[in-house]
Amino acid sequence: MSALISQLINLFASVILLLAFAMLSQRRIINLIHLYTWQGLAVVGSTTVVAYVTHQPHLYYSAALTLLLKVLLIPYFLHRLINRLNVRWDIETLFNIPTLMIIGIILVIFAFNVALPISRFSDTIAHGTLGIALACILLSFLMMITRAKAVPQVIGFLSMENALFLAATSATYGMPMVVELGIALDVLVGILISGVFMFQIREQFDSLDIRHLEKLKED
Amino acid sequence: MSISGFFSQLLAIVMALVLAPLLMGWVNQWRAWLQNKSGPGVLQPYRMLHKLFHKESVLAEDASSLFRMAPYMVFGCMVLACAIIPTLSTDLPLSPAADAIALVGLFAVARVFISLAAMDIGTAFGSMGARREMLIGFLAEPALLSVFFTTSLISHSTALTSMVEYLAHKEFAIYPSLAFAGLAFSMVSFAENARVPVDNPATHLELTMIHEALILEYSGRHLALIEWAAALKLFAYSCIGLALFFPWGIAEAEAPLALILAIPALVFKLAIGGFLLALIETLSAKMRIFRVPEFLATAFLLAVIGMLVHFLLGA
Repeated sequence: MSALISQLINLFASVILLLAFAMLSQRRIINLIHLYTWQGLAVVGSTTVVAYVTHQPHLYYSAALTLLLKVLLIPYFLHRLINRLNVRWDIETLFNIPTLMIIGIILVIFAFNVALPISRFSDTIAHGTLGIALACILLSFLMMITRAKAVPQVIGFLSMENALFLAATSATYGMPMVVELGIALDVLVGILISGVFMFQIREQFDSLDIRHLEKLKED
Repeated sequence: MSISGFFSQLLAIVMALVLAPLLMGWVNQWRAWLQNKSGPGVLQPYRMLHKLFHKESVLAEDASSLFRMAPYMVFGCMVLACAIIPTLSTDLPLSPAADAIALVGLFAVARVFISLAAMDIGTAFGSMGARREMLIGFLAEPALLSVFFTTSLISHSTALTSMVEYLAHKEFAIYPSLAFAGLAFSMVSFAENARVPVDNPATHLELTMIHEALILEYSGRHLALIEWAAALKLFAYSCIGLALFFPWGIAEAEAPLALILAIPALVFKLAIGGFLLALIETLSAKMRIFRVPEFLATAFLLAVIGMLVHFLLGA
């Protein structure tokens, strides 16, 4: 039974990794938000299973918090945002997805190798997934680097937060409740601010392409 | 070689030859039904083969002997492939002849011959189709090999029969790496069998066609052999997928009588698989040819992640 449960945790972690790759190669903004919602749901599943195995009540709370925030509230907010910005059906031109994928694979290999000695010392039930969490963090970084539009960058940031949460759960059964609440609030406030920021960018440049921000003065 | 081994080998080949056109017809019938058409009937591929075998085979003036030889080569490769895949039983005397890696090579031989034959005549369509086929082939092969590597890492063997025996006997466990490999394998199968996201099997008159462009110059019994080989290829891929990821119901050496139960199990699994194939084909649009490398790169990536996840999690 316990073997099956630890495999279930591994499965959830693999799904999160898969969704991170899907987000990396997704062109449509609306699909990105859907993928983000699914990723949040996988994090909730993984956290709930860990909470069930270890009988840690605070993990149940953080799973509920994740469900409320990352599966319901933030996707709702993002949907409203892209409706208001009128970028619901926007497609970002992404060049050379195969190359991006290969770089992603290299990052995964790197992350797995880095995490292997660390997870060997950890005795939590989910210690194997630390490498996956690290890989997801790096993949979200890569996504933020390669995107030019503001909304996908914000989603990349949010996906990184998901991965960090997974890393915390797999390494130490989650952070203290105070820290977790603080992070949740930070993310919520962060996305509100970036929403306002996006309107400002568009007002200024008539576009959400952040490459315009690189110019210091008008020409 | 035991009598039961010989018998199960013979049965596997005969079942492949008989069931392959039926699977093709089943998929086409479901495609028609899902598009609100009445459909040609499940037996249509048999009628087509019958018709083509009774027609005269017309050869182009410039055709070399390679052009005449290619259909037999392709058909032979596919029959051999179906013979070494454990469709009904893992007790196959022919299976030590080729492991999973050689199986990929066998598919590659067939692809090389059909492409050479298409270029042999010198028509524009033929060489265009050949080049596209090679493009898809060289991208699909590493992905397919990586899928096989993942399953061999789990089962510690590259022989298909021992892989299936191991996977069928292990206690129930969730293998994330197998899930990745299965996803990658289904993507590769779509590309290799010229199904909808990559190629449209129902068209003869499009610039985007790949498989049909290759065989445009063939007629009569040659065309029949190639069409039969295409059906066998679909059958082979479906059976590999079923054997690796749903290995229940396949008979083994110790229990030859399980063969009787293996046939309905196979037909049942193929019926569901064929329906799913038709469903996916109906729901998805054909992608542009320049999107195909992306599609296959994704398949390769999934297969490699499957392998990496296996190393990391040991599962």
